[in-house]
Amino acid sequence: MVRDVEDVIIKTIARIMVPIMQVYSLYVYVHGHISPGGGFQGGCIMAASFILLAVAFNLGEAKRRLKEKAIAVFCSLGVFIYAWTGVVPLFFGGNFLDYSKWSHILPGGEVMARYYGMAFIELGVQIAVMAVMVSIFLDLVTAGRHEEVLGKDDDGFYSR
Amino acid sequence: MTYIAGIFILAGVFFFLAATVGFLRFPDLYTRMHATGKGDTLGLLLCIVGLALYNGCINQSWNGLVQGVKIISIAIFWFIASPTATHALLRAAFESGVKPWTKDGVVVIDKGEDGKET
Repeated sequence: MVRDVEDVIIKTIARIMVPIMQVYSLYVYVHGHISPGGGFQGGCIMAASFILLAVAFNLGEAKRRLKEKAIAVFCSLGVFIYAWTGVVPLFFGGNFLDYSKWSHILPGGEVMARYYGMAFIELGVQIAVMAVMVSIFLDLVTAGRHEEVLGKDDDGFYSR
Repeated sequence: MTYIAGIFILAGVFFFLAATVGFLRFPDLYTRMHATGKGDTLGLLLCIVGLALYNGCINQSWNGLVQGVKIISIAIFWFIASPTATHALLRAAFESGVKPWTKDGVVVIDKGEDGKET
């Protein structure tokens, strides 16, 4: 199933495109409040850069850049950031995700507190989406083994 | 200036049209990708240059210049990525043994079991 084809063109272009995609995903995240974009889209682009690494080189290269432990940690970290951005206003008498109550902690008044709140939320979404997308990709292409599938035997897929 | 932008966009649309006609009319995968890979790349480049010029006409400010640079950067990345994607697709097709079309059906290039091109 997997053929090791040394292709200089694809590898060179992937090496050029991956950092550009990652910077662009951060741009989409940061610029999300005045243009189309935000955490989900930025996270998807960030995940696509790692998927491009896995497709252009091999799975080991992508796993070397983004370890599986890191993927698990990032999955939880994104949800953690999102949840605590919502829970902290509860301590100051607001509702869940009531960003204006962040002004008790952060400087700049209620308007800036709303801005910070949105930024935190989107950061959490970005991290979680990035990790989950890469995780789903790993599960799908390797039939759940997280190693490169080389072919099929009687029991199913076998890996390296 | 707006007319120049219009000419660019119309030329881009023409190349898109040619690419689509080639995609529909050509006989096999390689020739179809030959048409779409080239036509789409140049068509999108011309369209985007036209849009950047038009944006420069209607929005003559620093913000408009920044938008123009962003639009041009889309064209640059597309110009890098699209031919590479075409190359990867065709390479994968050739590696998995899709035979190129010939007029009389004779296989000219064949990737045999030993991996040698004959």
